[in-house]
Amino acid sequence: MREFSLEEIDSVLDLASSLEPFARGKKSQMLEGKILALLFFEPSTRTRMSFETAMKRLGGSTINLGSAEASSVAKGESLADTVRVIGGYADAIVIRHPKEGSARLASEFSPVPILNAGDGAGHHPTQTLLDLYTIKKESSLDDLNIALVGDLKYGRTVHSLAYALSLYGADINLVSPPTLRMPEAIKADLSSKGTKICETADLNEVIKTVDVLYMTRIQRERFPDPLEYQKVAKSYRLTPEFLAEAKEHLIIMHPLPRVDEIIPAVDSTSHARYFQQSFYGVPIRMALLKLLIGDEDD
Amino acid sequence: MTDVELKVRPIKNGTVIDHIAAGQALNVLKILEIHGTSDATVSVVMNVGSGKLEKKDIVKVENRELRETEVNRIALIAPAATINIIRNYKVVEKRKVDLPDEIIGVVRCQNPSCISNTSEPIKSRLVVTAKNPVLLRCIYCEQPLTERIVDYLI
Repeated sequence: MREFSLEEIDSVLDLASSLEPFARGKKSQMLEGKILALLFFEPSTRTRMSFETAMKRLGGSTINLGSAEASSVAKGESLADTVRVIGGYADAIVIRHPKEGSARLASEFSPVPILNAGDGAGHHPTQTLLDLYTIKKESSLDDLNIALVGDLKYGRTVHSLAYALSLYGADINLVSPPTLRMPEAIKADLSSKGTKICETADLNEVIKTVDVLYMTRIQRERFPDPLEYQKVAKSYRLTPEFLAEAKEHLIIMHPLPRVDEIIPAVDSTSHARYFQQSFYGVPIRMALLKLLIGDEDD
Repeated sequence: MTDVELKVRPIKNGTVIDHIAAGQALNVLKILEIHGTSDATVSVVMNVGSGKLEKKDIVKVENRELRETEVNRIALIAPAATINIIRNYKVVEKRKVDLPDEIIGVVRCQNPSCISNTSEPIKSRLVVTAKNPVLLRCIYCEQPLTERIVDYLI
């Protein structure tokens, strides 16, 4: 995400907005005759299905690698060769791969555009774009005060999102247990761009002031001591009672899947936006597909 | 001719790499891909006194004039090095090392989960984001590399 300019991001968000009616079911043949190849070397539900939905709702079709075990990859084929071959079958390739930098490598060898749907602990740029789109639609990207909550050390979505938010001049509160703080290098990078950063372990400190609560899942396996995990998980669990002190227009986001960090009773409050957020993955991916493989006159 | 240089006889033709930080001469050879099986005549002087650095190493490679791309990679580990091209016992060219903008196939990315550390048909590529101290960033996974660069030489 660090290579995107504010103007480039804004143009994707604007295009996504204009395509939203098609994401809701309005008929379109914008990508008729185009084929999108899905190369998922790791499991994915939302990302894979929303790319498929985006493509099909715009009149295009998809081909699927299937499981890596049942393909040429299991025979030891390199990623470079795989994308060269599949690039001959499709107009664009979506790739999720466990190794960091894999999407960039794929783009060096592929004859068609590559869309990065997550490369290990590296990047997940389409998630960041849909997060920004959600904030823009459901809150505001101007004068934003946001709290990123949970696992800020390993969570790739929060790293990319923090970089993007710094372009919009947002104030960023980093709320995490001490062992899962955002890496120093990223914080230093953000501060050097003039971003105001506050770090705390206590969600109570920010709940009254923020416009957006961006929750993430804290993974049990990050804690060697199960009791310690229970304690931490409990302190980052959103309930309707806890939200009583929040701003009226606060929105709650989550990249999903959630486990215990937002209890189901929060779903019916006016703050919940996480299911809306996952839907916005469709217009965002539509916008990217149209930009990359759409005909110019459409 | 100084005492230091007399520790090894002057060369007739070739390259003298001077002012290498003490202890880095063998790494310079590694960067120049001079190994035990190379047939080049090479002299290595280590830990000699120097006015500029407290101690320094010197490498002399006979009958080989280093190309600029080779020379500049030396800046990764010896930013103060000077290169002297020798023809017929005379220094015909003297220059400082300067890091290129990108280091290709010389240093491995330190991230074990990076795609460049697999059997894919690519060379490692690191962008030089700062020269003093040297800061490299992998073009694939974007992981920075600044300390112990020597450990990651290919």
